[in-house]
Amino acid sequence: MRRLLWPLVVLALLLVVNVIFTPTFFSIQMREGHLYGSLIDILRFGAPLILVSLGMTLVIATGGIDLSVGSVVAISGALACLQISQDAGVLTAVVLALGLSVLLGAWNGFLVAAVGIQPIIATLILMVAGRGLAQLITDGQIITVNDPAYKLIGGGYWLTVPFGILLVLAVLAVTVFLTRRLALGMLIESVGGNAEASRLAGIRSRGIVIMVYAFAALCAGIAGLMISSNVSSADGNNAGLWIELDAILAVVIGGTSLAGGRFSLGGTVLGALIIQTLTTTIYSVGVPPETTLLFKALVVTAVCLIQSPAFRDKVFRRRGRPPTPRPAAEEKVRVTA
Amino acid sequence: MTGPAPGAGPVPRERPCPGGAVDREGAVEMAALAPILRMSGIGKQFPGVKALDGVDLRLLPGEVHALMGENGAGKSTLIKVLTGVHPVDAGEIELAGQAVAFGSPLEAQAAGISTVYQEVNLCANLSVAENIFIGREPRRWGRIDWRRMRVRAADLLDRLELDLDVSAPLSTYSLAIQQMVAIARAIDIEARVLILDEPTSSLDAGEVEQLFRVMRALKEQGIAILFVSHFLDQIYEISDRMTILRNGRLVGEHLTSELSQVELVAKMIGQELADLEKLHGEAKVFDRPLVEARGLGRTGAIEPFTLTVHEGEVVGLAGLLGSGRTEIARLLFGADHASTGEIAVGGVPVSLRTPRAAMTHRIAFCSENRKSDGLIPDLTVRENIILALQATRGWTRPVPREQQDELVGRYIKALKINPANPEHLVRDLSGGNQQKVVLARWLILEPRLLILDEPTRGIDVGAKAEIQRLVARLSDGGMAVLFISAELEEVLRLSHRVGVLRDRRLVAQLPNDATLTNDVLLETIASGGPA
Amino acid sequence: MTTETLTHGRRLAVPAKYVPILVTACLFAAMFVAGGVRYEGFASGQVILNVFIDNAFLLVVAVGMTFVILTGGIDLSVGSVVALSTMISASLMAGPGWPPYLVIPLVLLIGSGLGLVMGYIVHAFDIQPFIVTLAGMFLARGLCYTIGTDSIPIEDPTFTAFAQTRIDLFADLWISPSVLIAAVVVLGAAYVLHYTRLGRGVYATGGSEQSALLMGLPVGRTKITVYTISGFCSALGGVLLSFYMLSGYGLHAVGMELDAIAAVVIGGTLLTGGSGFLFGTVLGVLVLGLIQTIISFEGTLSSWWTKIFIGLLLFVFILLQRLFSARRRN
Repeated sequence: MRRLLWPLVVLALLLVVNVIFTPTFFSIQMREGHLYGSLIDILRFGAPLILVSLGMTLVIATGGIDLSVGSVVAISGALACLQISQDAGVLTAVVLALGLSVLLGAWNGFLVAAVGIQPIIATLILMVAGRGLAQLITDGQIITVNDPAYKLIGGGYWLTVPFGILLVLAVLAVTVFLTRRLALGMLIESVGGNAEASRLAGIRSRGIVIMVYAFAALCAGIAGLMISSNVSSADGNNAGLWIELDAILAVVIGGTSLAGGRFSLGGTVLGALIIQTLTTTIYSVGVPPETTLLFKALVVTAVCLIQSPAFRDKVFRRRGRPPTPRPAAEEKVRVTA
Repeated sequence: MTGPAPGAGPVPRERPCPGGAVDREGAVEMAALAPILRMSGIGKQFPGVKALDGVDLRLLPGEVHALMGENGAGKSTLIKVLTGVHPVDAGEIELAGQAVAFGSPLEAQAAGISTVYQEVNLCANLSVAENIFIGREPRRWGRIDWRRMRVRAADLLDRLELDLDVSAPLSTYSLAIQQMVAIARAIDIEARVLILDEPTSSLDAGEVEQLFRVMRALKEQGIAILFVSHFLDQIYEISDRMTILRNGRLVGEHLTSELSQVELVAKMIGQELADLEKLHGEAKVFDRPLVEARGLGRTGAIEPFTLTVHEGEVVGLAGLLGSGRTEIARLLFGADHASTGEIAVGGVPVSLRTPRAAMTHRIAFCSENRKSDGLIPDLTVRENIILALQATRGWTRPVPREQQDELVGRYIKALKINPANPEHLVRDLSGGNQQKVVLARWLILEPRLLILDEPTRGIDVGAKAEIQRLVARLSDGGMAVLFISAELEEVLRLSHRVGVLRDRRLVAQLPNDATLTNDVLLETIASGGPA
Repeated sequence: MTTETLTHGRRLAVPAKYVPILVTACLFAAMFVAGGVRYEGFASGQVILNVFIDNAFLLVVAVGMTFVILTGGIDLSVGSVVALSTMISASLMAGPGWPPYLVIPLVLLIGSGLGLVMGYIVHAFDIQPFIVTLAGMFLARGLCYTIGTDSIPIEDPTFTAFAQTRIDLFADLWISPSVLIAAVVVLGAAYVLHYTRLGRGVYATGGSEQSALLMGLPVGRTKITVYTISGFCSALGGVLLSFYMLSGYGLHAVGMELDAIAAVVIGGTLLTGGSGFLFGTVLGVLVLGLIQTIISFEGTLSSWWTKIFIGLLLFVFILLQRLFSARRRN
């Protein structure tokens, strides 16, 4: 719980700033049987990021990283919209898109776990090529679709709540169940903490790693459907652009170390919400939206600095200590390509 | 005790010539010499632990001084405090009569204190020559003079009787050679004090001899050597004096020649070790083969061997480092793939292509390298112990929490794991306790064959004795144990039968009866055949 | 830069560390030959020089990236720092009408300063370079948009003159001044990496940071310096890009960090650090440029095929590196 403290403080601060500038910020209204309000908007627009971040958390916990999720977002949206524009059923389109996403994720996992390529490089391949692939699917065009059933995923409501929020809750529940109720979480942390020791303890880390990358891609695929459904179109070039960076940020802000090992799903959700709230805050405070990135940079730096033990040592204790070598960092070095 | 020199002045650049006081003919008048290094009243606090408390250490020029103590006694911390890795919390350090406080290993090195650490701390991607000279490369007109660097490196290595291609990357050489390169680097830095932190743990006998020759030569030159090793025989062979620590406190300073091994061990662990001699009572007959390897081998690792381990039998493997001991263990556990041969468990041929496959036949393996191959440092004691059991069940069937608590509690108690808190992070435990955690992980699986690769290496004497007794008890209960150790005494003490390895071949299997002694084993290893 | 070690390698076989570079060189040669066979007018020296002319800025940026990657770090901010440099140059020259000899040093200073700060944060607060430079990327892009959201044309006579200058070589071949600058940067950087303590410290830090620290090397200073170098190279790349584009724009060089990383990897440098050569990076940039050239010669292929090809190339090279290092270990 302690490591969720700072993300919580930052989120609370952001919300307070919002309330100061927009006193009605916390009010939630019922209009035409739908829930409306700033908080609902944050959740609704933040839904794709939360999804991608959840998958990213597990990948990072195995000691990996997935740079390709943004491309998978674009590919999934592109394929679904292409199918629907060619008069395929929505269900077929969704299944195909998610199936392809899982396949791409498994490919990443295969490169990492079976071929033994460094995750950052293995997924860099799909990050670069995937954008091209998405544009190949859409033939460089923006495909627009008009299908009410497809619209539900990202823009619709169910039981007065935006469908996207429910989808996120469902995925979150499944993830928590798999990792904390079942033993997947401990095995992931074990593989991320020490891969060779895990192998010698009889853990089939290869399968786990492949599964985790496939899961991350599945999350990205769902997010891709959500994004393209929300705007009723697929843009191979710009859909999900830089979402991998936001997702990695969300994970790090949430207190999961990029070195792998222990992870916190709650922290990740908080991290994603901080990023989304920040965007909302910038609008509500009236700062020009061009400067969103500036604020993002500041918040990222602030959160990372606060979480850095070295920083806390230097600032809060104000005693100059020589840097101590960390044997843990040494152990992380893996001999790979 | 003398007080500190007036004022914490700058690091002295020139040695006020204590080396001149060394009697080079031999017979060093230790007491008459001014210490080159004096540490007094050193204290160091880590969060929750008092690592050092009022420790004194004197190093005389031209002596080999052994720093003795169990794991957790504070040896490593003392060295790190001395070399500026950690700041000192209390006490004074004097180098050649002047108070010093180093902010980094670099400062210590500049003042003449060089360190060769336990793990080889060099850059394997750089060439041998660079590893010796990096940071002090010979330069000409501002640019690195590669040619001169290579020549000087070759000269220096020549002094250590090593003939290497100095422009080849260090990674092309064995760990032992890398160790020697590290020493070459240290002695090139005009060292007045050379600290060798367990330099011998990865060297074979010949290499140790080579190292000792170098150490004696350095001694002759008046360099003070602080030597840390777990091998008592080496301590008695090379050291002149020793300082003994226990639990972060000074136990005493002694001339090596005036302290017997038994006394030393007693001082280190604070109690007498009584029952180490005989661990197996009466002779047993083993007629139920459990694991049979026939012609098992792996190209480049171990020549094909045939070995049978019976139920309730402890088979020891003796041999030098790199002789193939670990390779046999890894093949039997499926950690590596065999290129030839077959294995039968309980008379049935099996294929052990993964550790998991071996585990289904109830074979367990504690690797010699518990940091890299055993522990998950981020996880708790409980999770580390439960890990292998969970792995056999797969991620879909978690071990129920009550069962976890029961099992973990039982083994924490049985193995005396300290602290006895299952939710403690395993990274914060001492080496001996970490080893017990790994052991517990395998014991809860109730294996039929337990492979222990150097289970007592680098852990304190007390934990060592406990683990040895445990092995004896387990085998009495019917478990087969393959016991690998670099210490012949330990192998002899525990095993019913000893396999001897040499140059990646299993050259002999000797029953451990009255005729098998340390000398016989040594002779077998040396001659490469049954004596 | 590598000749000295080459002549001293008395063995007939190529030392292991040069194999990745050789593979890249062979690939480049093969691509060039294939292009020459397939397309009219492809097999000329000017085609290669054009690759240099069109990618001089990328080459400079990739040089900085090579330093960072050799220490085992990564710099995601390079693309946005390039954009920021074009933006600052263009706005200062268009608005207050600053002269280029003030603008260019200022831009280089800002780029280096950004790198310095990022390097300091990486070192002093022990935060992953990935995250720190990501924040730097956001910061630099954000600054671009704060300056202006539209493209600002550059009409300064010095810049336009620079953009139009041709330096004639022999036999109708020519290069732009940017290529000359890039060449100087490459040679200077190669000298630093091979012949100075800083350069060797870069390799040592990438090989094992812990060891480098215990060997008394100034690891912190080395890390801060490489990010500063990368910042400087990005700013210089930005200046070269302004020569090339004659405009400043917040959307310039989007995703250039990927191209730079790809060039470094294809050039045979390990992303884990400690192994690789600057000459490999030059080859990597050449290969990337040649892909674009081939696609433009082909005519019918859409631009996204570039990305797919680069992805494929990355895949092949990473696989080769992997197989190679696996074999060396056995």
